[in-house]
Amino acid sequence: MNGTQDKRRGWSWWYLLFVVQFVAVLWPPFYNSAAPYWHGIPFFYWYQMLWVIVSAAFTAIVYFATRQ
Amino acid sequence: MQDLNWVALSVFVALFAFITWLGFAAAHWRKGDLDQLHEWGLGGRRFGTVITWFLVGGDLYTAYTFIAVPALAFGAGALAFFAVPYTIVMYPILFLVFPRLWYVCHKRGYITTGDFVRGRYGNRWLALAITLTGIVATMPYIALQLVGIQVVIGALGISGTGWAADLPLLIAFAVLAAFTYSSGLRAPASIAIVKDILIYITAFVAVIVIPIQLGGFGKIFAAVPEAKLLLKVPTAHSSAEYSAYATLALGSALALFLYPHSMTGILSASSGRAIRRNAALLPGYTFMLGLLALFGFFAIAAGVKGLPEFAAGFKQFGNNYAVPALLLHSFPPWFVGIAFAAIGIGALVPAAIMSIAAANLYTRNIHREFINRTPTDRQEAQMAKWVSLIVKAGALAFIVFVPTQYAIQLQLLGGIWIIQTLPTVMFGAYTRWFNAWALLLGWASGTLLGTIMAVHVGLKPTFPLEVAGYTLPGYTALYTLILNLGLAVILTPLLNALGSRQLAVDETAAADYQA
Repeated sequence: MNGTQDKRRGWSWWYLLFVVQFVAVLWPPFYNSAAPYWHGIPFFYWYQMLWVIVSAAFTAIVYFATRQ
Repeated sequence: MQDLNWVALSVFVALFAFITWLGFAAAHWRKGDLDQLHEWGLGGRRFGTVITWFLVGGDLYTAYTFIAVPALAFGAGALAFFAVPYTIVMYPILFLVFPRLWYVCHKRGYITTGDFVRGRYGNRWLALAITLTGIVATMPYIALQLVGIQVVIGALGISGTGWAADLPLLIAFAVLAAFTYSSGLRAPASIAIVKDILIYITAFVAVIVIPIQLGGFGKIFAAVPEAKLLLKVPTAHSSAEYSAYATLALGSALALFLYPHSMTGILSASSGRAIRRNAALLPGYTFMLGLLALFGFFAIAAGVKGLPEFAAGFKQFGNNYAVPALLLHSFPPWFVGIAFAAIGIGALVPAAIMSIAAANLYTRNIHREFINRTPTDRQEAQMAKWVSLIVKAGALAFIVFVPTQYAIQLQLLGGIWIIQTLPTVMFGAYTRWFNAWALLLGWASGTLLGTIMAVHVGLKPTFPLEVAGYTLPGYTALYTLILNLGLAVILTPLLNALGSRQLAVDETAAADYQA
């Protein structure tokens, strides 16, 4: 089928970066703690805010790496 | 309610007047023939990376979000922060799936999700199901935007009794309806730029100034009750808030881009590449949303709920009053005016896009499909303009005559309903393997069960699913999506064997999905 050919052509190992960010932010045991604090902000909050920046960077990397 | 805040009100009105002018002037921006539906309803698909960033950002991060997420943090604590992982994981989905949909819609001239489904599966009933789900899920969402405006209007000290109480809201909506009618998607696109600049200014000033006023982040978080600071930890019998948090984030992320207004924003981009770039740039809004969520804790630390001048506001609007009260408490009136205008205008942008999206759906996938099969371009565009007015009038009537709580509950159900379109739309972007009738049955089962589950738990977002004596509280939408998808997978070979496959026509080709 055309569909499967498409998918193979469309796959890139760079997409694994997306998997990393899914796991990092969707598994609360990783980050549900108050310590370590950063400028008085509990880990739970600054960890997730940090991942906003990291995930945007990951997406940018994937964008440039997969650009035809 | 406190006295009328003249300075704040003047700034608010001035900014509102400016965006009203802008909304009408937008008709001439990148001028196109507004008698064609793709010009009125998709801005001619001409928005590049930057405008798309403002438009989709203004579209997805709504005024209601800016009120409700901090309100949830104020009331429930850490759980509210699920908005952050939610708006992180949605971008890989945007990056991977939606450029494909953009290409096929561009090449085939599709304007709505319903158009795509009709073309891909050749099944008008499946297209109708997807269309109706979109319209029904959008209506309460528009109504909720009005709640955002209502709260800031109340906080400006405008009050009245009976009919006069709703007058400012009526004016705001009349303005919205008029410029949407005349300028189409160009109006919210141009206004989004102003609104987003205002909201970024508000968020960044507040996140610097308020912690200084309150003595630093350490003091703020110390003021938050310990039980609210982190998620409730799993026990021997329940995964507690862990599973709720993760499933709410993932389910909401899967659902968001299926909403008609998201699709409209995405399809108005000028290229698939503009969408991919935005998947990396839009997290800027996520960062701001995270900061805004912290405002709920600022409000706890500032003790606004105990202050007598805000008692009436909290009584009327509940925790939704936390952010307006915090801003009034912390800033001089002129800055409050800017911040409130950001929220008020922030409600108009998504409301405009939502009403356009619903109008496009009705026009293309109900009227054209079932009533008048051969409209002229002009008739089609005119129909959409009228429907956008009807949709907004309906939302307004809803918010004026029905308790706000119902709009919130319906919007919650809307999330459960819209996610049921995922197998058809997102998988459809990759494969034509599924049988259209199997998708329809999966959709119907997911919708029905999701509604029953939600009603069963008193219209809360999470359902305490029990597996072998262990409770997994999780987002109902995600649970029912699994059922939906499972059914579609099982029924597809069965129904194909029964011979309904011959009926399926796919007018799209594999090459349509790529640049």
